[in-house]
Amino acid sequence: MAHAHKLEIFRGLLKFKSNTQKIWGVLVFLTVVTAVEVALGITKPQSLTHSHFLGMKVLNWIFITLTLVKAYYIAWDFMHLRDEKSSLRRAVVWTPIFLVAYLVFILLFEADYVYNVYKDGFVKWNF
Amino acid sequence: MDSTVTSATEENVWGGGNRPLGASYGKLMMWFFLVSDALTFSGFLAAYGFSRFKFIETWPIADQVFTHVPFFHGNYPMYYVAFMTFILIMSSVTMVLAVDAGHKMKQNAVIWYMFLTIIGGAIFVGSQAWEWATFIRGDYGAIETNGGRILQFVKADTGERAALADFAKSIPSERVRDERNDGVWFQKEGFLPSYSVTEVEEGLKANPNILIRTEVINEDGHKTVLSREASLEKIKDAKMVVEGANLVQNEYGSRLFADFFFFITGFHGFHVFSGVMINIIIFFNVILGTYERRGHYEMVEKVGLYWHFVDLVWVFVFTFFYLV
Repeated sequence: MAHAHKLEIFRGLLKFKSNTQKIWGVLVFLTVVTAVEVALGITKPQSLTHSHFLGMKVLNWIFITLTLVKAYYIAWDFMHLRDEKSSLRRAVVWTPIFLVAYLVFILLFEADYVYNVYKDGFVKWNF
Repeated sequence: MDSTVTSATEENVWGGGNRPLGASYGKLMMWFFLVSDALTFSGFLAAYGFSRFKFIETWPIADQVFTHVPFFHGNYPMYYVAFMTFILIMSSVTMVLAVDAGHKMKQNAVIWYMFLTIIGGAIFVGSQAWEWATFIRGDYGAIETNGGRILQFVKADTGERAALADFAKSIPSERVRDERNDGVWFQKEGFLPSYSVTEVEEGLKANPNILIRTEVINEDGHKTVLSREASLEKIKDAKMVVEGANLVQNEYGSRLFADFFFFITGFHGFHVFSGVMINIIIFFNVILGTYERRGHYEMVEKVGLYWHFVDLVWVFVFTFFYLV
């Protein structure tokens, strides 16, 4: 039970007076991020859907980045990882990150390979 | 080694007095569970990514699938899911406020914040049920070809989707739904679609304004619309009429999309549901003063962790199912 709360977010850029205030501040931030995501998802700007980075649309990279930002603030401020010992924080965070990154890397590469087999191989599946 | 009761005399390293992570047993176990549950969800989402990359050219576009808002007619992509996301984040906020009030031993504040959290969770589960019902019912109807591909219909002049009811011809036929008592062996069949393949085919031939839209995504990120001649040629592959979605058919496109939708949002919805149930139990414990007598509200913090985790997972489901 951490009774002492760390009250600053954005690396100390924004410091709140009380824990309650910090919670509302994080809510505002998460809502803004979600609104940006939805706005981008509905408008789908041409400049972002037609440019690619590492084989994926820039728009999708933006979505994934914003998701990770949201996940960070949920875990750090709502689940108060910010107030826990760094050993607990690292054990909780890096274990899934390592395993998931590994799994996603393998599965997506394999899927892309299967896609190419369907596309270029002598397999007729759309008849 | 009594793990539950530790007296001051046993507070040495070998007696369990050493707490390197600075968290109680219960909280650590909750974190263990959450990490393993996060891996389960990641496995599902990674499998979704696998199937999607495999069929990257024909995967359904989410904003063309989830376009409904309750009580409103028309095309409103994403708004309702955005609302659901906001509700869940909001209930996370009331939960964390409950934890905060618990630290300060304010029983009444905890009761109110827990109550609001439960309401938020209930609204979310209800919304998800509505989303499922809408998805299962379907809206426009489509044709499935012999190869299992989905053909949808659009109006040539406006480019809007055309429902089967807009153009299918009504041809009287004898076909009735097979019941269990007159079916082959003991089988019965599911619901018959509103139109037969012949009716749709004749309707398409008679109506020059209707074109076929295939599943293939073109360079602009839209589904390919065939010309009138190609549409008439393509309809010959028609095998059955599909309305709505279930585990074996999906009028929106790839069947795997529907399977993953039911599986992942279903698994998440189950988490929300059980979270609401656990919250209710803790809510009554708070009212009864259990934690007041215990001297601390750590139990609220532990269910809080679970509740925030459910929110965290939804953030990812929202991105990978509705946005990307």
